[in-house]
Amino acid sequence: MGRRIRFEKRAVVSPTVSVVANLVSLILALLVIALVFRVIGLNPWEVYRRMFSGAFGSKYGLSETLVKTIPLLMAGVGLALAFRALVWNIGAEGQLLMGAVAATWVALFAMPNAPAWILIPTMFVAGFIAGAIWAIIPAFLKAKYETNEVITTLMMVYIAEEFVNYLVYGPWKGAAEWGFPYSDKFPDAAQLPLWGTTRVHYPTLILAILAAIVVYFMVQRTRWGYEIRVTGENPTAARYAGIDSVKVILTVMLISGGLAGMAGVGEVAGVHHRLRVAQGISAGYGFTAIIVAWLARLNPLGVIVTAFLFGGLLVGGDTLQVSLQLPVATIDLFNGVILFFILASEVLTRYKIVWHAEDLST
Amino acid sequence: MDVHVFWTALIAAIPAGTPYLFATLGEIYAERSGILNLGVEGMMIMGAVTAFGTTLSTGNPWLGVLAAAIVGGLMASIHAFISITLRANQTVSGLALTMFGLGLSGLIGRRYIGTPLPARLPRWHIPVLGDIPLLGPLFFQHDPLVYLSLLLVLVMGFILFYTRPGITIRSVGESPATADAMGVNVFLVRYVCTIIGGMLAGLGGAYLSVVYTPAWIEGMTAGAGWIAIALTIFALWSPFRALLGAYLFGGVKVLQYRLQPLGISPNLLNMLPFVLTIVVLLAATGEVQRKRIGMPAALGIPYERGEK
Repeated sequence: MGRRIRFEKRAVVSPTVSVVANLVSLILALLVIALVFRVIGLNPWEVYRRMFSGAFGSKYGLSETLVKTIPLLMAGVGLALAFRALVWNIGAEGQLLMGAVAATWVALFAMPNAPAWILIPTMFVAGFIAGAIWAIIPAFLKAKYETNEVITTLMMVYIAEEFVNYLVYGPWKGAAEWGFPYSDKFPDAAQLPLWGTTRVHYPTLILAILAAIVVYFMVQRTRWGYEIRVTGENPTAARYAGIDSVKVILTVMLISGGLAGMAGVGEVAGVHHRLRVAQGISAGYGFTAIIVAWLARLNPLGVIVTAFLFGGLLVGGDTLQVSLQLPVATIDLFNGVILFFILASEVLTRYKIVWHAEDLST
Repeated sequence: MDVHVFWTALIAAIPAGTPYLFATLGEIYAERSGILNLGVEGMMIMGAVTAFGTTLSTGNPWLGVLAAAIVGGLMASIHAFISITLRANQTVSGLALTMFGLGLSGLIGRRYIGTPLPARLPRWHIPVLGDIPLLGPLFFQHDPLVYLSLLLVLVMGFILFYTRPGITIRSVGESPATADAMGVNVFLVRYVCTIIGGMLAGLGGAYLSVVYTPAWIEGMTAGAGWIAIALTIFALWSPFRALLGAYLFGGVKVLQYRLQPLGISPNLLNMLPFVLTIVVLLAATGEVQRKRIGMPAALGIPYERGEK
C-alpha cells in the first residue's frame, strides 16, 4: 500500500501560519546568504555578528535603526496599499526624491523666512504633492493606455535621480559649499526637531505611524478599501461589481506616491538639512520598502514591525561597509534572497500538505 | 549635420545597442512562452561580473562570454522554479532576481574595480565586404559578438515564426491549456525559454564588461535590463523588430556622449534613454491595442494543470 503526498488549498491562511512562515523564510534566507558569503570567502557568522551588533547592539545603533525605519515605514505603508490593489508601484525611490526636491524648494526658495510652524507643514504638504505627481504620471498611463507600470515607475526613478543630481551640480548648488554637490543648508526653522541627542526626527516618525494606522482602517473599514481589496483579489469580480478600476489605480498611486514623497521630506529636513546627490539622500529606501511591504503581507500595521527590521538591516549593511569594506549593494543581496523566500513561503502557506493512503478499492 | 559625423555616430550605435539586443532577444523568448521575467537587469549584471572575472583569471575573453551565458541561465532557472513550479507571482520574483543580481555582483566584483582587462575580443574585419566604403565600417568591421547577435536575430526569428518548435513556444504562451491537451509539455517549454532568456541576458552583460566598456563598474548595467524589457514590448515580441529598437537606444547612448561637449548638463542627457523608454512603451502599447497582436495572451499567468 502506497502513500501519496497531495497539496490541498487552504481556505484561509491564519495569522499564526503567516507569522511562522515569515520567520521560517527569514531564517532560510539568512542561511542561503550565509552560504553566499562563505563561497566568496567571508566568514558569515562574523558578518552577521557585526551587522547585528551594529544595528541593535548599542543605544547609538538602535537610534540609527530608528532613523532608517522612518522612510521605510512611510514609503512601505503606501506600497502595501498599492500592491494590495495589484498596482505595481516600483518607483517609490523616485517619488521619495521628488518629495525631497519639493521640500528643498519650499525651505530655500519659496518661503525661507517663514516660521517653523508654517514652514514644516508646508514642506510635508509640498513633498506629498510632488511624490503624488511623480506617481500619477505612470498611473495615468496605466489607466488610460494600459502601459506596464513596473517599467514606467522605474524609469521615473532614474529620471528623478538625474534631476536631483542636475539640481545639486547645477542651479541649486550652494554658494557656501566649496564645490561640493550640495544645496545651501536649510534655515533653522526648516530643520525638524530631533529626539534627544539622536538623529531621530520624531515628527516624521509620528506621521509615518499615523499613516500606517489610517491606511489600515481605510483598507479594512471603508467602501474605498473594499474596492481596493476586491480589485486585488479578483479583478474580474471587481469589474462585475461595477468597481471603477481607473479610480482605484489613481487613488492608490496618489497615496503611495505622496507618502513616499513625505519620506523624502523627512530625509532632507530631518537628516541632511540640504539637498544632496540622489544616492546621498536615499540609501535605496524606496526599493527596500518593497520588501518591507511584502514581508508584512501588505498589512500596513505589520509594516511598522518589518520597517524596523529592515532599518536594522540597512544599519548593519553600513557597518559592513565600514568594517569589512563590503559594497553598498550587499543590502540588495539580502533584499533579493529574502524576497524569494517570502514569495515561495506565501505560495506554500496557501496549501497544506496532506498525506493519505492510496485508495485500494479502485 | 556633417555626413561623416552622422555616419560615425551610426557605426557607434551598433556596439552601443548590442547589449540591449542580446537581452531583448532573450526576453522575447521567455515572454513568448508566457513567462514575464523582470530580472533581466540582475541577470545582465551577473553576466557582466562573471565575464569580467573569468576573463581576468583565464586570460580568455571567450571563456568569459561562455561563463556569463551559463550564469545568466542559472539565474533564470531560479525565476523559472519560482514562477513555473511554485506558480508564484512573476512580477515579484523578477524584482527579487534583479536585487539578488545587483547585490551578488557587487560583492563578487568588489576586487575587480579599477582592474584592467588582460585580453579583449578581436575585431573581425571581414575581407572584401569590410573594404566597401561607408557600408564596410557600418556592417563588416565589428567584434564577433555583434555578428553573433545579428545571427541570433535571424535564427531566433526564423525558429519562432517558421518552424514547429516556434509554433509550440507561441502556443504555450497563448493558450497553455490547449497546448497541454495536444501533448506539449508546457512546463518544459517554459523552463527552456526562460533559461535561454537568461543566457542571452548574461551575454548582453558580458558584452558590456569585456567588449564595450571594457571594465567592471558596480551597477554598470545602469537600467539596460529594464530598457530591454521595454524593448520587448516595442518589438511586439518579434526578434526582427528587436534589432530596430536596440540600435535606436544604442543611437541615443552615442548621442549622449556627442552632445556633452556642447555644454548640456550630463545629468539631463542621462535622462534621455529613460524618457525615451516611456515614450517607446507608450507607442508600442498603443500599437498592440490597435492591431490586437503581439502580446502573448497567457503572459505572466501561471499554468496549473487541471484534473484529467
